[in-house]
Amino acid sequence: MLLRNIAHTRTGDKGNRSTLSVIAYDPKDFDLLEKQLTAERVQAHFAGMVHGPVERYALPQLGALNFVMHNALCGGVTRSLALDAHGKCLSAHLLTFVME
Amino acid sequence: MDKQALRIGAGAGYAGDRIAPAVELAEKGQLDYLVFECLAERTIALAQLERTKDAAAGFDPMLQARMRAVLPACISQGVRIISNMGAANPLQAGQAVLAVADELGLHQVKVAVVLGDDVLATLIQTGSSLSVQESTQTLADLQAQLISANAYLGAEALLPALQTDAQVIITGRVADPALFLAPLMHHFSWAPNDWTRLGKGVLVGHLLECAAQITGGYFADPGYKDVPNLARLGFPLAEVSASGDAVITKVPNSGGCVTVATCTEQLLYEIEDPARYLQPDVVADFSQVKLTQSGPDRVQVMGGQGHPRTDTLKVTLGYRDGFIGEGQISYAGPGAQARGQLALDLVRQRLADAGYGKFEGRYDLMGVNAIFGPGSPAGSEPAEVRARVALRVPTLQQATQVAQEVEALYTNGPAGGGGASRSVREVIAAAAVLMPRSAVHTSTVLLTQDT
Repeated sequence: MLLRNIAHTRTGDKGNRSTLSVIAYDPKDFDLLEKQLTAERVQAHFAGMVHGPVERYALPQLGALNFVMHNALCGGVTRSLALDAHGKCLSAHLLTFVME
Repeated sequence: MDKQALRIGAGAGYAGDRIAPAVELAEKGQLDYLVFECLAERTIALAQLERTKDAAAGFDPMLQARMRAVLPACISQGVRIISNMGAANPLQAGQAVLAVADELGLHQVKVAVVLGDDVLATLIQTGSSLSVQESTQTLADLQAQLISANAYLGAEALLPALQTDAQVIITGRVADPALFLAPLMHHFSWAPNDWTRLGKGVLVGHLLECAAQITGGYFADPGYKDVPNLARLGFPLAEVSASGDAVITKVPNSGGCVTVATCTEQLLYEIEDPARYLQPDVVADFSQVKLTQSGPDRVQVMGGQGHPRTDTLKVTLGYRDGFIGEGQISYAGPGAQARGQLALDLVRQRLADAGYGKFEGRYDLMGVNAIFGPGSPAGSEPAEVRARVALRVPTLQQATQVAQEVEALYTNGPAGGGGASRSVREVIAAAAVLMPRSAVHTSTVLLTQDT
């Protein structure tokens, strides 16, 4: 099963950091997210894109995890050479994370 | 929701935002305040460059169009407007609002302008040792390239303007949520050290500041997250009680949706540690926020908290950082990817031969790896690709040469390259420092139509 089946995601940018929220459609799935979506696994999923480190914050009452991915935006929106300088598209990449 | 609630709408989530939903809110939202948040990180630096060329410029280029569209409804219904569209020239922006009022035949319009966010002179005199965030540099290292330095003012700086009878309040750089917190502090007489209520007010501001991003914009994913009537997406409003708890909603029959899901995405948007959202007025704490669907397109927001503010204000620096030259060209049909890759290899070789190998560059195949780079999943042969080369270089001439090398693929590259485009631009980068809040002094100027 892919993360996409149980959660939705949104990215934002802060300097050279990308913030990434992961929100369970059904709050009952939060435990699954919390167990499997560790900061380390998320960083591994973004290998080659995010140079890390990655931090994680849990908001159980919202069924959500919030990740801060450092060194993720090629120097930040205002200097980046990337097509998607804000990293807006990064949120969709996490949806392909395979849940065990 | 009690009848004493204050109704605040969001009329723009960024400088180029749509105007029609703001008019809908102004006319049908039964609002007390309509807030337009229009300043991105480097907007003021770009506006400062405009002001250098023309002393009457340097404010939001859409200001007049927005005011022409919403002023009639706002003035007739008593909806006060708050906006940071003043950018690098708030006083001139205030005059421009009055000129629009004249043009519309409106009388007795007053504009309060908030000044003091421009701290460039202060920093040049006293701030050279401040360290630049996410960098090993100090402000002194950037001084020669500096264009602008603007402190993020808090809601406190807007209170004198709100105490006047101005219908429109224009600012330069203000922390985005503070544009919404200010009318709440003013209306409910919240004390500047009532950290809990200030935290709740920041929460309301944060939820509203990106406008449609909480009503179904930046959300739709067909089959997974469907949004009704997205073409006629409405902008949000909040009904805020004296305690600071709020309901997020929108004008009935406008497009989009307000759900716990849209609100949760926006709650965490651009947030790092949810328990410490640093703002000029308060350290807001979203870690215990609860969202409840209380009706169709109505979400109840509770549990915002706050902690004492810090002694510093964040300052965004705008500085010149070289030029970016970029070119693109498309390939389609059998072998499109291979021809696109050959095109990139050719440009890389030619730029290296010209001495450009030392510059930071991107060589992307749009349709294959332009977004996720080395992390892109391998797929089947695309029907078409677009080769893209972008380099950051010191001079305009060098940037132009980069763009030309891509365009020259027409006659010097693989078969069937089409639709070449090129762009050359100066990089105006943004960086941040923290400065003592005691070194920032704000003031308010009241402008009237008669003067």
